Amino acid sequence: MANLDALYQEVILEHNRRPRNYGAMEGADRVVESHNPLCGDALTLWVKLDEDRVVSATFQGSGCAISRASASLMTEAVKGKTRSEAEELFTTFHDLVTGKLNVDGDASAKQRLGSLRALGGVSRFPIRVKCASMAWHALRSALRGEGSSPNAVAVAE
Amino acid sequence: MTYTEERARKGGPNTERHQSLAPRSDFPLLAANPALHYLDSAATAQKPSVVLDAMREFYERDYANPHRGAYALSVRATDRYHDSREQVARFLGVADSTRLIFTRGTTESLNLVATAWGMEHVGHGDEIVVTALEHHANFVPWQQLARQRGATLRICSLTSDGRLDLDSLASLVGQRTRVVAFNHVSNALGTINPVAEITALVRRRAARNAIVVIDGAQAAPHLRLRLDGDDLGDVDFYAFSGHKMLGPMGSGGLVGRRSLLETMRPYQMGGDMIEIVGDEETTWNVLPHKFEAGTPNVADAVGLAAACGYLESLGMDAVRAHELALLELAVDRLGAIEGVHLFGPSDLALRSGVVSFTLDGVHPHDIATILDGEGVCVRAGHHCAQPLMRRLEVPATARASFYVYSDSKDVEALVEGLQKTRALFAAD
Ligand SMILES: Cc1ncc(COP(=O)(O)O)c(C=O)c1O
Repeated sequence: MANLDALYQEVILEHNRRPRNYGAMEGADRVVESHNPLCGDALTLWVKLDEDRVVSATFQGSGCAISRASASLMTEAVKGKTRSEAEELFTTFHDLVTGKLNVDGDASAKQRLGSLRALGGVSRFPIRVKCASMAWHALRSALRGEGSSPNAVAVAE
Repeated sequence: MTYTEERARKGGPNTERHQSLAPRSDFPLLAANPALHYLDSAATAQKPSVVLDAMREFYERDYANPHRGAYALSVRATDRYHDSREQVARFLGVADSTRLIFTRGTTESLNLVATAWGMEHVGHGDEIVVTALEHHANFVPWQQLARQRGATLRICSLTSDGRLDLDSLASLVGQRTRVVAFNHVSNALGTINPVAEITALVRRRAARNAIVVIDGAQAAPHLRLRLDGDDLGDVDFYAFSGHKMLGPMGSGGLVGRRSLLETMRPYQMGGDMIEIVGDEETTWNVLPHKFEAGTPNVADAVGLAAACGYLESLGMDAVRAHELALLELAVDRLGAIEGVHLFGPSDLALRSGVVSFTLDGVHPHDIATILDGEGVCVRAGHHCAQPLMRRLEVPATARASFYVYSDSKDVEALVEGLQKTRALFAAD
């Protein structure tokens, strides 16, 4: 159970129950849909940008606690970040959930990750890495100009 | 009647105890992991020693390339292959073993039919009927065949408790129908479909050259099959997988109607499947070899035959009765947990040992991870049945499935694990 407790920390359970920034966004600059073909889960991410900076991000979709909490935490973490800061944060986050990073031995990474550290337990469940990184992959696509721009293309729902 | 009402009628919680039908000690992996509750047999079954031993013995005693060498060892290997086919055919209730083609499993068998029969006989304006209950293996090949040949794919809908809607089916099958493909037993819900009734319906409504293709992946391991008999005798193709019936991965087969197999083009070309190869023309070997190009998978056939022998010694009627008892127990116990929703026919006589469920507020992946922490293996996801999940309006379910080595302690562990899951996720 020790590993499970590390995975399902209170922060995760709480964000799963009450995800932040949940729902479609009016006036988003980019909308990206992401799927996990393994489980059929789907997530839509809306991002509003001010030139190079993420003004806000919201999400919606069906997914497990890990993917919901991760998306919720991500939307909080990337607010106000530049594209390159957000990408860098994803790299650090990915290192965390794949077990490449030991946060306790890396003060700067620890500080950069902030509350995202709650997902550190995922590193002991390799099959759940996809769940934790689904929203981040969507964000990266959005920042690289993939997905649709709702101003140009009609978005369903 | 709902589960709750039915339980109330029976009075009190179901506390029945059931030992496994086959001793766990027959299964090395289970014997080595006494605390493991393997409830994912619908995905693949654990292997008894007799299967592993038979394969090892073949490699150690009779191993050579069959059909090819003019020496005693090769003849022995050929005999082992032939005898394995006879035994598997007998297990399936097929007298003419030459209409059993060994394949890598259900997926390859269905692709064989969709390609070798479908590409020749399905054309523009024709219709292919599948159902919303299919595994992708019996859905995607037909969908793609329809696209390639300009045919139309029609999808039979389901009743609210996950049975095929026979009225829907009747309305879809007609003179343009070339193929009707459906599973004998659903992997996602455990529904046992009325094959004979549906086949008769197809024969009444469709043109004479329409074929009935059965995905038997979840039936062959759990039900006594008589493919020559009254119930199943009129289907054209029946596909199954060895690994789900205690046999090795990469084994399985296709039983076909002889007249169709004889006129079909081969699926793959190469060694063993030819008779005479001229510079321009080739003639095909006799059945079943025409459909078994290349060096065959003898060791796995030997293992599959041993698995059939093992199941026969348990008795397939006993296998079914055992699974039904565990199913009843599981449905009673899970149905009593607040927030659990069960899918599939409420008449358990129409269901194999599969319990598909969701738990309010907890995604199936989280259920599976937490159960895993308790040593309980269940599947979570769409079960390779996305068209079904869309119709059930859930992204995924969790699924527990039983087999000969399952017992009521497995069910208890599942129930306890689900209680823990609920407690962990309970809103404060
Ligand atoms: C109903 C059904 N059809 C087809 C398949 C595919 O079988 P295989 O992967 O052994 O080819 C499965 C197995 O997952 C199944 O349950």
